[in-house]
Amino acid sequence: MNPAITLATARRILTQLRHDPRTVAMLVAVPSLLMILLRYVFEEQRTFDRLAPMLLGLFPFIVMFLVTSIATLRERSSGTLERLMSMPLGRLDLLLGYALAFGLAALVQVGVVLLISLTWLDLDLSGSLGSLVLVAVLDALLGMALGLFCSAFARTEFQAVQFMPALVLPQTLLCGLIVPRDQMAGWLEAVSKVLPLTYAVQGMQEITGKTVFTGTLATDVAVIAAFTVVALLLGAATLRRRTP
Amino acid sequence: MMSSSPAVSVQELRVERGGREVLHGLTFDVPRGAVVGLLGPSGCGKTTVMRALVGVQLVKSGQVTVLGEDAGSPGLRDRVGYATQSPAVYADLTVAENLRYFAAVLGAPRGDVDRVIAQVGLAGARDQPVATLSGGQHNRANLAVALLGSPELLVLDEPTVGLDPVLREELWTLFRTLAGRGTTLVVSSHVMDEAARTDRLLLMREGRLLADGAPGDLRERTGTADLEQAFLHLINETAGSAA
Ligand SMILES: Nc1ncnc2c1ncn2[C@@H]1O[C@H](COP(=O)(O)OP(=O)(O)O)[C@@H](O)[C@H]1O
Ligand SMILES: [Mg+2]
Repeated sequence: MNPAITLATARRILTQLRHDPRTVAMLVAVPSLLMILLRYVFEEQRTFDRLAPMLLGLFPFIVMFLVTSIATLRERSSGTLERLMSMPLGRLDLLLGYALAFGLAALVQVGVVLLISLTWLDLDLSGSLGSLVLVAVLDALLGMALGLFCSAFARTEFQAVQFMPALVLPQTLLCGLIVPRDQMAGWLEAVSKVLPLTYAVQGMQEITGKTVFTGTLATDVAVIAAFTVVALLLGAATLRRRTP
Repeated sequence: MMSSSPAVSVQELRVERGGREVLHGLTFDVPRGAVVGLLGPSGCGKTTVMRALVGVQLVKSGQVTVLGEDAGSPGLRDRVGYATQSPAVYADLTVAENLRYFAAVLGAPRGDVDRVIAQVGLAGARDQPVATLSGGQHNRANLAVALLGSPELLVLDEPTVGLDPVLREELWTLFRTLAGRGTTLVVSSHVMDEAARTDRLLLMREGRLLADGAPGDLRERTGTADLEQAFLHLINETAGSAA
């Protein structure tokens, strides 16, 4: 690993984003618009206060999953990955470069949604803003790492975008956002316990509901971080110097 | 290793791709400071050979030594420049942004970006997004990346495809200049008329080496006027000896 190469990689990815203002605009605007929609669909503030933080955990995950899986798929199919693998770039340099660049993008995204939610939409937050941002950025990194891993199994961009509903929708159904987990059938609850989004949503619930940094929240953060590291390692394993 | 040892030494190289053996035991050397042409019809295995030299190709068996080390070993990663056949640059970045990034990865000196842009004649398109370049400019942007950091060995896969005769002439002059400074070049092509410009020719067909020698010697040995004829002669000769 080489910090100069990692930083150069992050800067290159941010430059690519800068050349694509439409993607950046959607990255920032879509979650905010959804949040506004959510507030007015539920006329009632209490329901919004309960659901909004969970969505704050979901958006960065979904968006980063999509953006990364497409970006790395392009990197694989355009030959730039092969070129980089023939150069003195460590696999970790590439992964951390992506993590830095997209982590930064996630920070901006979450920042804007939060700003709108806390001011215009009157979101009531019991816990600290800091822990909310921490969990949201971790979710973004988890999405990024899984997107990178999944891109190795897609030949085309059509296939890559299909991974999103395949991986994300079941987790959305099971994570407690739609039906509380303790009301699910036993086996579904058991499945939900091994899915990372469950912990993302649970963490966000802790932050909205409680003023202190609870033990449950600490566990959630640790579990999401562990999932992220494992996904990054799996992603790294799919970056091969030599290919058939 | 002494610097008089060959730049590239390939022994009994066998490669399988898509479940089929596509290189059937290739053996050849490339002397230092030479411009070596790898010629043969499309699909004969030129790109596969080049990938093996750079160390991105999984090989079945055989030995590939580059600049005294095993091909693809970490110590070689900033000493070998590789231009892939289909351009491997970021389409959404400008020429200069691409080169700045790859220069940073290679740890190449600052001035290298402008140097290589001038060498491939892309000064006019410096700040143009790669996606808007013409085919020939795109190819040259790809070649420029390989020149960053002044590598000792350049592996160039069909670098002159799609270029007009004037640009092709300029690039061959550049290759000669680089070789004059001690760089070794392995250049592939499927166009026979480029073969005459090389010091050494490796003629390939269907994953085998048909001939290995100086262009003049090959013409002389086959008693033909041009290399296209020499190639046909060699194919017949091989077919005859196999029967
Ligand atoms: N990714 C691949 N998977 C399977 N077979 C391949 C792949 N790439 C090339 N081949 C096969 O390997 C052989 C040599 O290809 P290649 O080295 O690209 O030839 P050339 O560069 O001379 O046109 C061809 O028969 C080609 O079909
Ligand atoms: Mg080829």
